[in-house]
Amino acid sequence: MALSQDEVRKVALLARLELTEEEIASQAKHLNDLLGQFEKLQALDVTGIEPTSHSIPIVNVLRDDVERPSLSREETLANAPEARDGCFVVPRIVAD
Amino acid sequence: MSELIGLTAHEAAERMARGEFSAVELTQAVMDRIEAVEPQVQAFLTTTADSALIAAAKVDERRAQGESLPPLAGIPYALKDNMCTVGVKSTAGSKILYNFIPPYDATVVARLKAAGAVLVGKANCDEFAMGSSTENSGFHPTHNPWDLARVPGGSSGGSAAAVAAQECVIALGSDTGGSIRQPAALCGVVGMKPTYGRVSRSGLIAYASSLDQIGPLGRDVTDCALLLNAIAGHDPLDSTAANVPVPDFAAACKSGVKGLRIGIPQEYFGQGVTPEVSTLVHAAIDKLTELGATAEVCSLPYTEYALAAYYIIAPAEASSNLARFDGVKYGLRTKQLAGHIGLTEKTRDEGFGDEVKQRIMIGTYALSAGYYDAYYKRAQQVRTLIRQDFDRVFETFDVLLTPTAPSTAFKIGEKSDPLEMKLADVCTIPVNMAGLPGLSIPCGFADGLPVGLQLIGKAFDEETLFRVAYTYEQATEWHKASPKL
Repeated sequence: MALSQDEVRKVALLARLELTEEEIASQAKHLNDLLGQFEKLQALDVTGIEPTSHSIPIVNVLRDDVERPSLSREETLANAPEARDGCFVVPRIVAD
Repeated sequence: MSELIGLTAHEAAERMARGEFSAVELTQAVMDRIEAVEPQVQAFLTTTADSALIAAAKVDERRAQGESLPPLAGIPYALKDNMCTVGVKSTAGSKILYNFIPPYDATVVARLKAAGAVLVGKANCDEFAMGSSTENSGFHPTHNPWDLARVPGGSSGGSAAAVAAQECVIALGSDTGGSIRQPAALCGVVGMKPTYGRVSRSGLIAYASSLDQIGPLGRDVTDCALLLNAIAGHDPLDSTAANVPVPDFAAACKSGVKGLRIGIPQEYFGQGVTPEVSTLVHAAIDKLTELGATAEVCSLPYTEYALAAYYIIAPAEASSNLARFDGVKYGLRTKQLAGHIGLTEKTRDEGFGDEVKQRIMIGTYALSAGYYDAYYKRAQQVRTLIRQDFDRVFETFDVLLTPTAPSTAFKIGEKSDPLEMKLADVCTIPVNMAGLPGLSIPCGFADGLPVGLQLIGKAFDEETLFRVAYTYEQATEWHKASPKL
């Protein structure tokens, strides 16, 4: 099943990547090449096989809910491309 | 003091303890070496001469006061740039993090600081550890010290090249599908991916969280054992860092291989392995049987499915991990005017390289509504089959032995097809899928280029890998060769 360029655009939107038309074409080719490689997995019988999400059996590691030191506001914002009044600056989302 | 740069960590530590030279002298010798060969090798993205000399002076001071110091005190090391260092730029080889200065140290960095090890620089790597040649670095490629026209492997290519070129004594890399072992093989050094959960990933910039593992690179087996001992063990900051005892790996090296059962999985000698590599690996098997081990062919029938399953699971996890790069909290932000979605989209288009975009795209697709069962879930089921393969052969064998990489180092620019590039990891990927420890050790040269063999062990049995590797190393001379630079 080959992906069309339109479907590639939809995936790019989900992935939050603004790709050029040229990139859409090259991504479509690459994705379809990879999907071709994945076909051999479709031929395997995996009925009743439990999926492995982690190689070691660890579930829900919990810690006590106690306060502990964390980064200061200054440290947290130090790498921000734009910060003002102790906050990250983002483009306006809601209109006036 | 140029004779100092070729020493291993354990040799240097012994001689510093005897007062033959100081940590400052050793560090200065390494910094001089970096200055001399870095223009050709380009193993580093950042070097840290000033802070290195201060750290080394502190070690010398502690020694002068009669303190008994840990084995890596005063030893210069390189760190792959995807591990966070407080106050030192950490880019993961990506332009999207070109100016990122972490506010905290990765746990491995904190542990090495406490051990007195001296950070000399941040090593180049494929962007976000995605690649097998270090050509995908967002900044520049690294050159193989054995032949500067060739790649050092990847993604920890800077770490492996720096160790081989004597621009550091030891180094840390990270390994998601072979990213420590394959460059170790291509650069003629020892490299190990520990069992998943052996080493904390806190402060490792994530690629594929269920596969990533930090591990040591060094010029001999003992150095890797010492470095793993310094970084291993439970960490409250990473809930997957297993709460299991950490044995003395350096002591484990010396137990010999008498009676040890080595399995030779036949599937690992197809898959594009060149005759030269195959011959050298078989010669190593003969050597180990001479030394008292037994070797027998075995089979891991699901091996051929590992690569395809990996290229669903790793990109799926990557697409989720890399969602954090949005142009708001750190790193690059586009200068183009845009709304809130456009800001993220444009920033990511400008900041990510082609390979990273490709993996985010395939991962996003594999996780998207309607395709999850067909791709992601099925890949995880195949992962179970791969693990069961290993469980079965480890009922009969103590350790498995394979080539690390199918061929020696290829030329920079030679593998332009991304699918062809991915075959470089065909022998290493199944080990990550099963979460097992794997170690690459030099086993000879083909046309002047290093070849490595891979040892695969049971979960949390790194000791057996160190035993086999050390015994082989002591009986051979490969680790004593160094590139002419």
